[in-house]
Amino acid sequence: MSEGDRLHVVTADNISPARRMAGHLMIWGSLGVLALVALAQAAQTWGGSDFGFRNWRPTLYAYLLFSVCLCWAQVMLKGETGKRILFVLPAALFVVSLTVFPLLFGVLIALSDWNLSAPDGRKFNGMANIVQMWNDPFYWNALENMVWYCLAILPEYVLAFGLALMLNADIRARKFFRVAFLLPLMLSPVAVSWMIGKSMLVIQPAGPVIRLAKWLGYPNPSFFSDPLTAKITIMLMDAWTFVPFMMIMILAGLQAIPKELQEAARVDGATGWRAFWEVTFPLMLPVSITALLIRLIFKLKLADVIINVTSGGPGGATDSVTSFIFREYRDRSNVGYGTLLAMVYLVIIVLVMTVLMKFADKALRPRT
Amino acid sequence: MTTSAQLFRDGDTDLAFKARWWTSRVLLYGALILWAFVCLFPIYWTITTSFKAAKDVTQGTMVPWLDFQPKWLGWKSLGLSPETITQVSTVRDEFLRRFFNSAVISVSSSILAVALGSLAAYGLSRFSYRFLWMKNSDISFFFLSQLILPPVVLALPFLVLYKELDLLDNRIGLIALYTLSVLPIVIWIMRDQFEGIPTELEEAAMVDGLSIWGAFLTIILPIALPGMVAALILSLVLTWNEYFFAALLTSTYANTLPVMVASQTGSQGISWWSMAALSFAAILPLIVIGVALERYIIKGMASGAVK
Repeated sequence: MSEGDRLHVVTADNISPARRMAGHLMIWGSLGVLALVALAQAAQTWGGSDFGFRNWRPTLYAYLLFSVCLCWAQVMLKGETGKRILFVLPAALFVVSLTVFPLLFGVLIALSDWNLSAPDGRKFNGMANIVQMWNDPFYWNALENMVWYCLAILPEYVLAFGLALMLNADIRARKFFRVAFLLPLMLSPVAVSWMIGKSMLVIQPAGPVIRLAKWLGYPNPSFFSDPLTAKITIMLMDAWTFVPFMMIMILAGLQAIPKELQEAARVDGATGWRAFWEVTFPLMLPVSITALLIRLIFKLKLADVIINVTSGGPGGATDSVTSFIFREYRDRSNVGYGTLLAMVYLVIIVLVMTVLMKFADKALRPRT
Repeated sequence: MTTSAQLFRDGDTDLAFKARWWTSRVLLYGALILWAFVCLFPIYWTITTSFKAAKDVTQGTMVPWLDFQPKWLGWKSLGLSPETITQVSTVRDEFLRRFFNSAVISVSSSILAVALGSLAAYGLSRFSYRFLWMKNSDISFFFLSQLILPPVVLALPFLVLYKELDLLDNRIGLIALYTLSVLPIVIWIMRDQFEGIPTELEEAAMVDGLSIWGAFLTIILPIALPGMVAALILSLVLTWNEYFFAALLTSTYANTLPVMVASQTGSQGISWWSMAALSFAAILPLIVIGVALERYIIKGMASGAVK
């Protein structure tokens, strides 16, 4: 246990048998309470006996009690080592109980026919949802849209790099520009989608962007009626919010490059474009890959803007997977099918991210 | 008499260089100002729209006092204009309740996430754990991998689960979920922070008789405080703006501000002035935070990027 610790702690733990006993008693006792409460509730729900529970809260409380006892018992049982475990255990318990359990539960839901507005509850229906998904053109369409949305990250990255270079240049009022460039990231996507997506882009004679487009010579600009323009507009709005994110990461990377390197390059005769392309850009590769991966993770969650501005229209042209599943639930209360779609999405994401991270790892490894 | 030739003057190469320098300056500042305009105009548009009347909205006037007379219409509909601020207003109560919900939920989930995340990050940066087959790097990866979990995967199981637990439309339910969603980011930032602090500090403290938790709380936490502030602010931004879970899991009681903004469509279309006022009220806290604490936000986002 202690091998490889960065911080060595010499401890002389003297744990008496009574203390050990108490520790074990806490764990098993609280686990027993949890099992008892859960059984009683299960009996009421499915067995017909009545203990007067109105919801599953008592089981939740018993689970909380068990978690606290488990943490405490670590110290009782293992002394100093237990105190170290106590640093990580609460967070680990929290994450496990809030993701692993719902995910397992989600698999169960995904394989059943369950419409929350229908009276007859959950029915196991095996592969039927998968067959339905396979034949659902709108889901495939949403997945295809996600590919386009993700490809839009590359131009965003170029823009972010350009902005970061400008901020890193020798300019006045740097702080003003930095704050101004950062602000879009702070704004609520819902407010953005109403005030930009609707107010500036949709109100026919008055929207500023509409008028700008007219002034530029488009006779009848409308941004959300044609599938391609609608998709591009959504991409632009999303980019507007998230370009600052990549910009800040790249800026931090630029500032971490030692000045000597660029000076050395200049002495060697590299100027302007070549200095950037052959010195700065390669040095920025690790930061760039991190920024791109994180941006991709956020992009895969894209939904708020779409739900609020187009709700997937016209004809599903702007739908992302998340907004599609959101409507699947909101309009049809179809929990079972929606969960299956989400699970499939998760599997695809995990596969893609694993492959990408492998490539990133390879690209980052120092070449010999 | 010949005109006296200027003795010292720039050579042709110097002049060319100067011209190039000036064009590059003009281009640079032009690009900067253009993008700053792109970033700031929507905010300006939101503020001005909240002071417009119906006529001004349909005409799309831009500059207050020149183009249109600013009126308190939008703010009056929220009950926040000078005349209505003293009167009883149900809309204002509604707005304040949503605002309060948003504040409570985002602040408490951010604090919870920073507390849990800092502890875990400290443990992972100092000790080597072994749990079943998982070593430190695996545990770290387990925490960080939560980041790629899209919210939509958890949303429907949580909907059903919360229904059974009577946590739907409940602040506690949202706080737990939001904490979960920002925890990986906090752990990422904080691990970076703690790894930069030398272990000799704790060793010295423990030689002086402090326990490991004592050393952590009295020595390490104060040093790592700027990083914690950065993580806290980043979490605040993410949780304040969160819409997806809030829209799914709340209905009347625990609604947050983004949900209220999104549900402003009335039967006679949208009254843009009140929508703008509401949107502005929703983004104002973060604009203030952004302007005042920009340093910390940048620090937080940069810490993961630069090793």
